[in-house]
Amino acid sequence: MSSVTDQTLDHDSHDHHHAPKGLMRWLLTTNHKDIGTLYLIFAFTMFLVGGAMAMVIRAELFQPGLQLVEPNFFNQMTTVHGLIMVFGAVMPAFTGLANWMIPMMIGAPDMALPRMNNWSFWILPFAFAILLASLFMEGGGPAFGWTFYAPLSTTYSNDSTALFVFAVHIMGISSIMGAINVIVTIVNLRAPGMTWMKLPLFVWTWLITAFLLIAVMPVLAGVVTMVLTDKYFGTSFFDAAGGGDPVMFQHIFWFFGHPEVYIMILPSFGIVSAIIPAFARKPLFGYASMVYATASIAGLSFIVWAHHMFTTGMPLFGELFFMYCTMLIAVPTGVKVFNWVATMWRGAMTFEVPMLFALAFVILFTIGGFSGLMLAITPVDFQYHDTYFVVAHFHYVLVSGAIFSIYAAAYYWLPKWTGYMFDEFLAKAHFWCSLISVNILFFPMHFLGLAGMPRRIPDYALQFADVNQIVSIGGFAFGLSQLIFLAVIVKAARGGEKAEAKPWEGAEGLEWTVPSPAPYHTFETPPVIK
Amino acid sequence: MDLKKIGLCWLAALVTIPSQAKDMPLNLSQGVTDISGQVYDLHMTIFYICCIIGFIVFGAMFYSIVRHRKSRGVKPANFHESTKVEILWTAIPFMILIGMAIPATKTLIAMENSDDAELTIQVTGSQWKWHYKYFEHDLEFYSVLATPKKQIENKLAKGENYLLEVDRPLVIPTNTKVRFLMTSDDVIHSWWVPEFAVKKDANPGFINEAWTNVPKPGIYRGQCAELCGKDHGFMPVVVIAKEQAEFDAWLAEQVAKQQAREAEEQRLLAMQLSEQELMDLGKRTYDQFCSACHQPNGQGLPGMFPALAGSEMVTQDRQGHIDIVLHGKAGTAMAGYGKQLSLKELAAVVTYERNAWGNNTGELIQAADVQARKNAAD
Amino acid sequence: MSQQYQKYYVPAQSPWPIVGAIALFLIAVGAGTSVQQMSQEGGSGHWILLAGATLLIIMLIGWFGNVIHESMSGLYSEQMDRSFRQGMSWFIFSEVMFFAAFFGALFYARMIAVPWLGGAGNNEMTHAVLWPEFSAHWPLIKMPDGGETQAMGWSGLPLYNTIILLISSITLHVAHVSLEQGKRTALTAWLLITILLGVGFLFLQVEEYIHAYVEMGLTLDAGVYGNTFFLLTGFHGMHVTLGTIILIVLFGRVIKGHFSKDQQFAFMAGSWYWHFVDVVWLCLFVFVYVL
Ligand code: HEA
Ligand code: HEA
Ligand code: HEC
Ligand code: CUA
Ligand SMILES: [Cu+2]
Repeated sequence: MSSVTDQTLDHDSHDHHHAPKGLMRWLLTTNHKDIGTLYLIFAFTMFLVGGAMAMVIRAELFQPGLQLVEPNFFNQMTTVHGLIMVFGAVMPAFTGLANWMIPMMIGAPDMALPRMNNWSFWILPFAFAILLASLFMEGGGPAFGWTFYAPLSTTYSNDSTALFVFAVHIMGISSIMGAINVIVTIVNLRAPGMTWMKLPLFVWTWLITAFLLIAVMPVLAGVVTMVLTDKYFGTSFFDAAGGGDPVMFQHIFWFFGHPEVYIMILPSFGIVSAIIPAFARKPLFGYASMVYATASIAGLSFIVWAHHMFTTGMPLFGELFFMYCTMLIAVPTGVKVFNWVATMWRGAMTFEVPMLFALAFVILFTIGGFSGLMLAITPVDFQYHDTYFVVAHFHYVLVSGAIFSIYAAAYYWLPKWTGYMFDEFLAKAHFWCSLISVNILFFPMHFLGLAGMPRRIPDYALQFADVNQIVSIGGFAFGLSQLIFLAVIVKAARGGEKAEAKPWEGAEGLEWTVPSPAPYHTFETPPVIK
Repeated sequence: MDLKKIGLCWLAALVTIPSQAKDMPLNLSQGVTDISGQVYDLHMTIFYICCIIGFIVFGAMFYSIVRHRKSRGVKPANFHESTKVEILWTAIPFMILIGMAIPATKTLIAMENSDDAELTIQVTGSQWKWHYKYFEHDLEFYSVLATPKKQIENKLAKGENYLLEVDRPLVIPTNTKVRFLMTSDDVIHSWWVPEFAVKKDANPGFINEAWTNVPKPGIYRGQCAELCGKDHGFMPVVVIAKEQAEFDAWLAEQVAKQQAREAEEQRLLAMQLSEQELMDLGKRTYDQFCSACHQPNGQGLPGMFPALAGSEMVTQDRQGHIDIVLHGKAGTAMAGYGKQLSLKELAAVVTYERNAWGNNTGELIQAADVQARKNAAD
Repeated sequence: MSQQYQKYYVPAQSPWPIVGAIALFLIAVGAGTSVQQMSQEGGSGHWILLAGATLLIIMLIGWFGNVIHESMSGLYSEQMDRSFRQGMSWFIFSEVMFFAAFFGALFYARMIAVPWLGGAGNNEMTHAVLWPEFSAHWPLIKMPDGGETQAMGWSGLPLYNTIILLISSITLHVAHVSLEQGKRTALTAWLLITILLGVGFLFLQVEEYIHAYVEMGLTLDAGVYGNTFFLLTGFHGMHVTLGTIILIVLFGRVIKGHFSKDQQFAFMAGSWYWHFVDVVWLCLFVFVYVL
């Protein structure tokens, strides 16, 4: 124990080998693994909360007519469901994975800025406490969609908007600090010999994601600030009477919003690029092109934002520009998909649960990508826009994309985290139930959209009744299936078959060189990289 | 094995449930206009291209999954790079995309050209109704959801066009290029008729243009397609296309009716309506136009829409009350109803509010009182 | 054994982040409720806000106190220093993007929204039907709804402020050079001058705001010209305030004898921040005032 990592400070009276236990350990921790765990638990909790709201949505839409909730409450559910899933579930889950894995993957002792790491986590629960509490205010919580278009969110919103704005500010601060930590760790703390082109792809994709985060979260902060001043301080950024424009809101929002959706998928690409080679027992095909493709997707993501705004009355040349740029994204994304397939090609595959989720990811994400491409075609988007076709698109890329990849990652690394193998039967049940129900849930939404059902409505015309019923049944089934995961996790955390340092035969990477569970401090001295 | 059984059950569910579905087209409609046909063709083209690519990609993947599995005793290969293939599968998708972009650009250019329109209609959205104004004619009116509340609350059987019916549909002539000027009085709405492939946002303070040319007479239904608050789901669009001659007749009739109504209004000024009459009409008007926000019991939604029962303005400030109903309050959801409702209805609804839900002021408001406030504003 | 992070210092536990989290929570709740309560009398919002701000200051003092202590007792390696520097640069980049949002709003309003309201592009009908009286000019001194205001010229106060900030950037640089060369007196003097220039800038800025409000009718709610003007200069002013506070803290530490040629991260960070604020002002001066 010669490393300074373990050094006790002269002014620190306590010896931190007897670090605080119980709650204090978690509140005060600076350890990347603790913080990673906190992020992951928080994300899963939020997923359940956001999912419960989705269940309210699906229950109301089970039949035509208003039965369970008022339209206003329905809109709050839609809005908060979107916000929670995006900012509370997917993003923190990725940050949790980054915290756990990046230092281990690059041979670093911890994250570069450990105290800030703790801060970026602990402000999150408070932000969501504010957001959720606003639902109980008089007049209810935010009801203007997760995209909070002005002037619905300014002049015409209720008073919880102020809390919404500040909650978003805090989430933004958290993401920015988390991202700074990730970048600095990757740039500065790689073990000697861990050159750029040796970095695991998960690290690469997170590096680029972190850059996106730092570039766009402040823009979100800016636009919510304008919403706040428009609502409460008499400015007219989004009001034509004072020379502003409601569409300007959308431009600024989507300048954040589109990169944001890639923030929610790039780390998935990294995860899948780790898992497929491991279970195909064959090195990743086209490592370099994977890196370049990720960077191109990130670069392009800054110039496609207005594809969310084709119906707002942009001039023709704007519509064309954004259509072409958006379509271009299919090229680097395609490269990724092809590389994954090529990695499987002539491998020796086995189908453990992480691999199952990764394979499902490749197929279902690609389906979501195809519908994205269809949405990119401006004249046809006039028909699809703001219908369930869009809802189908983004749930395919988000649920069977991002969420599935997070499950894949969780199963892949769970033995490393807990030191125990998870219950294989339960995990497989989780996979198959999820796979089937997710398609019953989201596939028919394409049909609803094409047949003309708008999104964000609590009630619908009779022709949509049957398909909505199927969707809702799929929804309940998918929701219940997620409880299986909860069971798997609880079981694995409590014990089970001991996991070896490298439980997966074909897995590569530094994280598998340390024992399972990974010791509290890994790589106090840098590992040797071949 | 157990897992397989579970899976099979699911599959069975997946197959049987949709087989009971009825009536809903599973694909985009071809619509009735030339443009909507082009859009449909584009949609199908891209869809087929995606299917083919999907078939190839997933095909290769499944082949690999079946053949290249460890349980078959294969030895993994070790290749992990090939510049040639990689260039190929960058270039081919790129070419495919260009192939998609060309027809898309053509259709888009056609859609955005609203020159040479023969009829112009201004479409104004507001929470939660549409207002149509025939630009070249002396005719304008509101169009509001006609589905009774009872049906929405499941107290009555739902009609055939549940939620897709309005009190006064927009009427347009066939085989005429009709231009729409979209705008809004409050939040953003979006005017959408799928059969025309027209969806355009109605932005407050700006005017967006769109056009259509409908070849076939008929009734076409759509909905508001931008979240616009509580009753976004209850803001349908109904358009009736009529042959030119029929349309002309309809237009003349409507213009005449509108003028007659204005004359009637003037006559009304001298009349006194009875309390019974005012309260009945008032309740009807209130339930139709005001209860969405202020609620049928006058309690409003705290924090969003004020209660009218016991409201200071309603119980005391008579002029203020008439004014706010006539002109609305700028910067709030409270729109002015001076244009939408007749003097009689306005008088009735104000009377109703001043006497319902325990507001018992005992006051009657007559058309002349409303007219007086209208004049005062001019 | 490898050299690389032999001495990478990972603090054990720290109470400050959670204190900071509670502080931000109180600030958000406090700010949120005070904004809601603006039209009412009294209200508890600003007290919560105040409590949060106080707690945040306590947290910053405690946290930086720890960092300074660790730094002074030689726990930090060069690599650690690099982490801090990179962290600071990315933080500044995020600030740049925050300002970018407001500059974006300015350009959009000026080059798109206002001309469209005046009938440019495909918005002929917008002008003809909705705003026939309006004519598009920038600065927008007559708004579509008829409200009027005046434009702020660039000569006078803004120009003085530009000069002040430019000079302050130079003086801070000179202070930094003095630090590198170990000239403590010069360091103290130049740093002090920089602080005074910063305070002077803020003073003139307040002066300008008073002038705008009282004499010109240029207020926060004076249309999109006033909005962009006040939010851009306002957020910039807040950054100058923060920068000045940082410089004052650095000054205190300089007096105590902190910092040396190779132990000067905080000083670097402070001066980067100051230069960044300076560059933002230059953009502001050009795009808000001159053009
Ligand atoms: C993880 C999140 C994620 C991801 C990855 C994507 C990926 C893409 N999205 Fe999606 N999108 C969302 C999340 C995401 N989206 C969300 C949340 C919304 C709605 C927001 C809201 O309004 O609330 C949305 C909405 C949205 C719209 C606006 C729709 C509307 O409101 O009218 C559009 C339009 O262009 C679009 C396009 C695309 C495209 C082109 C991609 C591409 O990146 C997809 C590329 C992938 C492929 C194409 C498949 C693989 C490629 C190949 C196999 C190669 C060969 C293929 C061809 C040549 C065809 N998305
Ligand atoms: C990553 C993001 C993410 C995720 C994971 C999900 C997950 C789900 N979403 Fe989605 N959704 C969005 C992001 C996401 N969503 C966004 C951004 C919007 C747009 C919002 C807007 O319009 O502003 C949206 C909108 C949206 C709509 C459209 C609402 C509307 O337009 O009015 C619907 C409707 O069906 C829906 C359903 C679901 C369902 C059923 C799930 C399921 O996958 C959830 C499954 C999880 C659980 C159910 C939790 C676990 C189980 C329990 C807690 C036990 C209780 C279970 C039962 C009672 C069965 N979502
Ligand atoms: C879209 C929602 C909406 C509809 C529909 C609506 N109102 Fe209102 N109304 C409001 C809002 C919001 C206010 C509060 C305005 C404010 O902030 O002062 C209001 C205020 C009022 C007030 C003043 C109440 C007070 O105490 O200050 C009266 C009277 C009123 N409405 C009558 C009506 C009548 C009559 C109708 C129908 C003909 C109607 N409203 C329809 C939203 C609506
Ligand atoms: Cu009007 Cu939605
Ligand atoms: Cu997008």
